[in-house]
Amino acid sequence: MDLAVFLVQCLNAIQYGLLLFLVASGLTLIFGILGIINLAHGSFYMIGAYLAYALAPWAAANVGGGFFVALGIGIVLSIAFGYVLEWAFVSYLYEREHLQQVLMTYGLILVLEELRSILAGDDVHGVAPPAWLAGTVPLGGVMTYAVYRLFMSGVCMAVALALYLVITRTRVGMAIRAGASNREMVQALGIDIRLLYRIVFAGGVALAVFAGMIAAPASSVYPGMGNQVLILSFVVVVIGGIGSVRGALTASLLVGFVDTFGKVFMPQIAGLLVYVLMAAILLWRPEGLFRTA
Amino acid sequence: MPDDTLLTASDVSRRFGGLTAVDRASIALVRGEVHAVIGTNGAGKSTLVNVLSGEIAASSGRVHLHGRDVTHWPQPRRSRAGIGRSYQRTTIFRNATVFENCRLAAQAHFQHPLDLWTRAQRCPQSREQAEQAIEQAGLTAQAQRVAGTLSHGQKRQLEIAMCLATAPTVLLLDEPLAGIGPDETERMLALLAGLKRGRAVLLVEHDMDAVFRIADRITVMVNGTVIASAEPGAIRGNAAVQAAYLGDSCEPMTALPANA
Amino acid sequence: MKLPRIAIPPAIGRLLKFWPLAAALVVLALFPHIGGGFYVDLVLTTMILAIFALSLELLVGGTGLVSFGHAAFFGIAAYATVLLSAKTDAPSLAWLLPPVLAIAAIAACVIGALCLRTRGIYFIMVTLAFAQMTYFVFHDTSLAGGSDGLYLYAKPRLAIGDVTLLDLGRPMTLYYATLGCLVVVYALLALIGRARFGQALAGIKSNEQRMRASGFSTYPYKLAAFTLAGALAGVAGFLHAVKDGFVNPEILAWHQSGAVLLTLILGGIGTLRGPVLGAFVFVLLKEVFQSEAVFGAFARHWQLPLGLAIIACVALMPNGVVALPARFRRLRMPIPHAG
Repeated sequence: MDLAVFLVQCLNAIQYGLLLFLVASGLTLIFGILGIINLAHGSFYMIGAYLAYALAPWAAANVGGGFFVALGIGIVLSIAFGYVLEWAFVSYLYEREHLQQVLMTYGLILVLEELRSILAGDDVHGVAPPAWLAGTVPLGGVMTYAVYRLFMSGVCMAVALALYLVITRTRVGMAIRAGASNREMVQALGIDIRLLYRIVFAGGVALAVFAGMIAAPASSVYPGMGNQVLILSFVVVVIGGIGSVRGALTASLLVGFVDTFGKVFMPQIAGLLVYVLMAAILLWRPEGLFRTA
Repeated sequence: MPDDTLLTASDVSRRFGGLTAVDRASIALVRGEVHAVIGTNGAGKSTLVNVLSGEIAASSGRVHLHGRDVTHWPQPRRSRAGIGRSYQRTTIFRNATVFENCRLAAQAHFQHPLDLWTRAQRCPQSREQAEQAIEQAGLTAQAQRVAGTLSHGQKRQLEIAMCLATAPTVLLLDEPLAGIGPDETERMLALLAGLKRGRAVLLVEHDMDAVFRIADRITVMVNGTVIASAEPGAIRGNAAVQAAYLGDSCEPMTALPANA
Repeated sequence: MKLPRIAIPPAIGRLLKFWPLAAALVVLALFPHIGGGFYVDLVLTTMILAIFALSLELLVGGTGLVSFGHAAFFGIAAYATVLLSAKTDAPSLAWLLPPVLAIAAIAACVIGALCLRTRGIYFIMVTLAFAQMTYFVFHDTSLAGGSDGLYLYAKPRLAIGDVTLLDLGRPMTLYYATLGCLVVVYALLALIGRARFGQALAGIKSNEQRMRASGFSTYPYKLAAFTLAGALAGVAGFLHAVKDGFVNPEILAWHQSGAVLLTLILGGIGTLRGPVLGAFVFVLLKEVFQSEAVFGAFARHWQLPLGLAIIACVALMPNGVVALPARFRRLRMPIPHAG
């Protein structure tokens, strides 16, 4: 494999891993702080992609900035959606057993999938990236790399950095870290735990929706696209450890590399390699690489 | 090793990352003795008990049971070899009767997993051991009550009974008096004092009155190390112990929940 | 006016406790003679689902292990049935069923050995991930027809020499063989439940820490339960392959694992009647929601009312249908008056 091909695959792996990180970080925070297992998380990713598709004609009509405004609208809508969903549905899950949470959120997946089918049909759609991001960049003479993919990686890194800053530098972030290790104590300190839960949940939803929106031009929009992302997010959370954002990042990149290079060297069983990785890590560290408290 | 020393820890240490929870602690549990372990919060008492019972592996040092090196034995195996353990937070089967709780615990010595024909409740050996344990714990009148409906003090008695159901030679009791009101404490203390007949008993407790009343030997731990180990009288007069407890602050020694 | 009390000898009293079960068995046995072909096929599908659900009950209700990947063993057995079935007109049941069950059991043992290193939420996620892995094995590789699936060459039969004892190619025979398997699995789980092995599993579910402190090595117990549950799911998978004569990767999809978990909670976890009842309720719900007679053109979006029904059932009836009579009785009890 020559250097240019290797570089392209590395870039692909990083881009894939970072995108997965956006989805998985929301999942691991919701697990770690709210203590609920949310199977419908992949559906938020799907909603993001379909939202990008729905807003695309509008964004194209408003050139130069339309794309970013569409992203902005998507984020605002997803936060609102997350807020309402937490208040109307998720808050009933808090004291229930894992099995009940699993099944109720499974029911939510079915509801969201069918709503999508009713509102947006079952066809596969493409979403065009904005014109100024649609080109390619030359790499090492022979290969080229899609600018949009570089943009995706860049955006994901920016979001990861922003997430890191929020969690380590702000008071909300402090409450989040405290809540991850000791929920009752946070409540006893007078922090409104319900509000914190709502913020964390809405944030997790927004991350997944955002990931779906920016992924749409690269991966196209199709029914069931949330399923694979959900399961890979679970693998990431298991490998990285529940509640650990650092673990989610490490595991996402690991999964990205294993999957990408797996497809290059062993395409027939590429889909399996991630699970083999998970099995190997489970044998070594059953509680994940960076387990919190 | 004399025949009556049943369980020993020799220079046992346990580290969690950068924190040394237990630092070269040694202790010997002798048949017929109640050996209390006391210390301030975070002293390493619970960690030491967990290393003795096998729930946490020692980072270094050795544990011997009946003269055999059990340092690498997992907890169930040590339990079958004669160690019984009670917990600070009650670990009973809430939905079963008191009798069934003890019978199931006793079943550990008569497991017969492949015998599908015999009803578990009819297993004579586990029934007999359960009856004996319940009697010694003083719960005979409550035998058919559902465990979840017992009072807190009775639940703690059941916790002890379940330990006894496996006919152990060594008992590790982690704060058996936790949360018990004064009237039930007397009954509990009588039970605890009676447990040492034929057995070695380790008692982790914060209630100093209780400790000085029933302990035959007291080990004091501070910050993971053993600073003293002697009869109650000697401990009372020990300067290092007084400094550790009374030291700079004058906090009265009351029964506080432990994070050790 | 009080009715006179009739003295019933205790032995008969114990037997009378089983009358609902016996009645159900009689109804199921007679059904093919009174129902139409479509309904008989539906009941057959339901009985297979009931066997599948019972196998999961051993894990969830019996040991407290919530597995979201149980469809893996159902699917592995179904595929093994097709792959191992000799390409003759009358493959032998005796040479087919034992290896199929053995394969399902081995797969469960290997996957269980890994999954059981985790607990709680991790365990649920890990079982889901491994089930997805087996889905990919069958979907992406050409091992077994890929996403197209595979056809069973001919339905197996049990024969001694020239005499055919059981021909599963005949619908009636398959129906009664399935009913027989349901009875055997039910009875086996009932035996296990009240034996020392089952009580140990129940103890592990109730308080694993206390079990370990008492001297039970809990990992082997859990692994044994996981393996047995996998083998019993294999029975259901085998019957499914024989009934449809066809397998495809969708039977391993995590939606199948979700459906069987749902069946359990619908019926009621912690009893053996629950999974069987739940299977009938689940199939009924699906049929109603998919029925164009009831919903017209909207019937193709049947997953929407199903999803809402799932949420409602879990929220309002977390103990399942089995617990309804007790709840109803509590509602009807007179409220005590003060003074």
